[in-house]
Amino acid sequence: MEIDVVTLSRLQFAMTAMYHFLFVPLTLGLSVLVAIMETVYVMTGRPIWRQMTKFWGTLFGINFVLGVATGITMEFQFGMNWSYYSHYVGDVFGAPLAIEGLMAFFLEATFVGLFFFGWDKLSRVQHLLVAWLVAIGSNFSALWILIANGWMQNPVGAEFNPDTMRMEMTSFFEVMFNEVAQAKFVHTVSAGYVTAAVFVLGVSAWYLIKGRHIGLAKRSITVASAFGLASALSVVVLGDESGYSATHTQKMKLAAIEAMWETHDAPAPFTAIGFPDQEARETHYAVEIPWVMGLIGTRSLNTEIPGINELEAISEERIRSGIIAYDALMQIRAERGAVPQDVRDRFEDHGGDLGYALLLKRYTDDPRTATEEQILQAAEDTVPTVWPLFWAFRIMVGLGFLFVATMAYFFWRSSFRRQTYPRWALWGAVFIIPAPWIAAEMGWFVAEFGRQPWTVDGVLPTAMSVSHLSVADLLITLAGFVAFYSVLFVIEMGLMLKYIRKGPFMDVEETEAWEARHEHRLRTHDGKGPFAPNPAE
Amino acid sequence: MILHELIDYEVLRVIWWGLLGVLLIGFAMTDGFDMGVGALLPFVARTDTERRVAINTVGPVWEGNQVWFILGGGAIFAAWPPLYAVSFSGFYLAMFAVLATLIVRPVAFKYRSKRPSPAWRRGWDWALFSAGAVPPVIFGVAVGNVLQGVPFQLTEDLFPLYEGTFYGKFLGLLNPFALLCGVVSLCMLVTHGAAWLVLKSDGAVAARARAIGGVTGLVTIAGYAGAGLWLAFGIGGYAFVGTPVTDGPSNPLYSEVTRTGSWLAAYADRPWIAIAPVIGFLGMILTVRGLRRKMGEGRGEVTTLLWSKLGILGGISSVGLTMFPFILPSSIAPDSSLTVWDSSSSHETLFVMLVATALFMPLILAYTAWVYRVLWGKVTEADVESGSDTVY
Repeated sequence: MEIDVVTLSRLQFAMTAMYHFLFVPLTLGLSVLVAIMETVYVMTGRPIWRQMTKFWGTLFGINFVLGVATGITMEFQFGMNWSYYSHYVGDVFGAPLAIEGLMAFFLEATFVGLFFFGWDKLSRVQHLLVAWLVAIGSNFSALWILIANGWMQNPVGAEFNPDTMRMEMTSFFEVMFNEVAQAKFVHTVSAGYVTAAVFVLGVSAWYLIKGRHIGLAKRSITVASAFGLASALSVVVLGDESGYSATHTQKMKLAAIEAMWETHDAPAPFTAIGFPDQEARETHYAVEIPWVMGLIGTRSLNTEIPGINELEAISEERIRSGIIAYDALMQIRAERGAVPQDVRDRFEDHGGDLGYALLLKRYTDDPRTATEEQILQAAEDTVPTVWPLFWAFRIMVGLGFLFVATMAYFFWRSSFRRQTYPRWALWGAVFIIPAPWIAAEMGWFVAEFGRQPWTVDGVLPTAMSVSHLSVADLLITLAGFVAFYSVLFVIEMGLMLKYIRKGPFMDVEETEAWEARHEHRLRTHDGKGPFAPNPAE
Repeated sequence: MILHELIDYEVLRVIWWGLLGVLLIGFAMTDGFDMGVGALLPFVARTDTERRVAINTVGPVWEGNQVWFILGGGAIFAAWPPLYAVSFSGFYLAMFAVLATLIVRPVAFKYRSKRPSPAWRRGWDWALFSAGAVPPVIFGVAVGNVLQGVPFQLTEDLFPLYEGTFYGKFLGLLNPFALLCGVVSLCMLVTHGAAWLVLKSDGAVAARARAIGGVTGLVTIAGYAGAGLWLAFGIGGYAFVGTPVTDGPSNPLYSEVTRTGSWLAAYADRPWIAIAPVIGFLGMILTVRGLRRKMGEGRGEVTTLLWSKLGILGGISSVGLTMFPFILPSSIAPDSSLTVWDSSSSHETLFVMLVATALFMPLILAYTAWVYRVLWGKVTEADVESGSDTVY
């Protein structure tokens, strides 16, 4: 790979975004889980539920600040490293980011301080409200960020303005209700819930193995497994929705994920495993399951899904059409104000393919002078590297099913087996703690690497999106980020482990006093139901 | 959508220019005292308990305050995309320095008290100090450079190019006038932080804050006056050639711009804008008077903080009003300069964003006020030492 500004900018963005997303899913899910626990506390008045809220809340806080800190980087980085992108699509892309700040992040950040500092200053119900506002704020944040990201995948509700040389919004509602954005939002948020559920489950399982904090651990497993089962099911189902929307919005990405080189007669088979070969354009040792791909992708038996080779041929046509649009654009620009009608008409007809002409900018300053060879090269560029997408996707999906099975098992044990868990299962729960993070990073990799060579699909090539920077600038900041982020990661993990080892702060006196007061009611429920008092407490 | 035609494009542009100011001023008024407290930390608080008192005065609120800054960035992106593109990449390494301190700041607040080791805590104190001192200086330096013009130009495709290499340019930002602006900015926010500490803490911390704030307040006034004189006599302004089109497409290259005698010509054209520097001086002077008052009176602490906010309001808005309609002038290609009339978002986007702001800004102000009310009162050493897990 060439060490140039584009490559380094991509590397820096990928690194900082993936690092940011180590913290986001846990924030999304844990904010909701903590609010659920506090709701139980306010409804039952049992001190242990407040202790649980505070304990998981502490871990939430340690994770949350790093999500905030690394999120600032993301917002700055568009302008710093992707200035032409910022100019070209800021009119559309900036709006959801700003609304995220107004509607969601302000809410979340203002109340998160009160969540930690307000225990003695607020009534129970007020504090519960604060907890829910933090959770709602976090989740709305994700909505607007994914609306912005969804637009990069499927740029609806906007058109190119030759006067300002950029995309401009034509319909905010189309941008907001972009089907890709909506499918991504529910999928991503569910993935965050699964992450938090697996985290709570794993940490609680470790306590049970060690025989510590039994009451907190069992209750936490009950909440996490119920919440986690619902979320894991929805992450799989809603992930399928994402796939379905890709069939008609991002055909190339879908074909690359499936390593579908040739268009197959409908309904196409699903390649479960295989070794994609980009050079030869075929998949070796493929294990195919008939019909499945066609059913998932089109939800019909007779709709074809185009293969990579066919899509590349379409790209080539669109590049040729884009050159006509580019030529018209140059005339519009030269004769500002007095543009002949036929030029306008030509731009009208071919403007949608302008982005494809810009793919040629890598090879020539003026796409109109591109050689036949360069056009073919640019068309080939529209095919992303297949094998990483193929495998990342399969790892993500495999893990998704693993989460469904894990959560279903623990939910069954907690509901119907009196909250008893075999040791092997507890160890299993501890070991899969990292898995949801791997799945989430794989998912983002598929979404963003699969979008290449575009920053905005079909509109703006990645190679054109960067800033006027030097390689040295990039190396300085890249080294800075690596150093900062590594140190912060070590510190964060150290604190997380410290607070997990330390365990919850249990106010024994308060708990006993409460139990004495409610002795009668507790006795009648003795040994029944998931919330029964535990003798080991 | 036809709805956006309800408000004229040029009116929306002026509104969004004003809202940009509101966000920057909101940031300086709120997160400004968090930064001021950070910069003051090593000087007003010597023992660990004192430091925790100072940190806990802003502990529950800095996070919400910081959103003013983040929202400011988002609003520039959404409402002034060319400004966002040109300035963030043009000041690349300076922005990285700001970013680096803003990354460690949240972590420092949250993690400092989580381990008892003195070395651990000293490390985070450094982080809080640099996150309090570096961004105000860089923001001031940036404003100083914007007033002098920034060496960028736009190509026909509106791709921003910069003169020279960046790391060379990074040091080039540090010219004398810009440094003066950096000092004013730092001292203004340090004074603001001092006024906050006087209100929210007591004992030694508050006393030292009073003493230091009284001095930095005077430096702010002198520096602000000095920068004004420098601007009047030493720095050329910018003006349109002919009458600019105010509701045309956002393409800076469509208009012609020339350098003129001085920015202060604006005061001859629009004498009413003189109210901004007057408010600035008034606020700053009354802040110093409030801080220099004898200890123990216990009154006027709130008013001093409000005077400080007034000083910030006047100081920042005087820069914007003086430059209007220019936002980011170019020193090497004046025609590329970004102005209110040619570097905004489209009519539709500005309208949608205005609706969103009108819906949410009142809500934000309301719940922020509620949170400050809940947290009302001084943070004392006893509060910090009570051993509660919830304080920093």
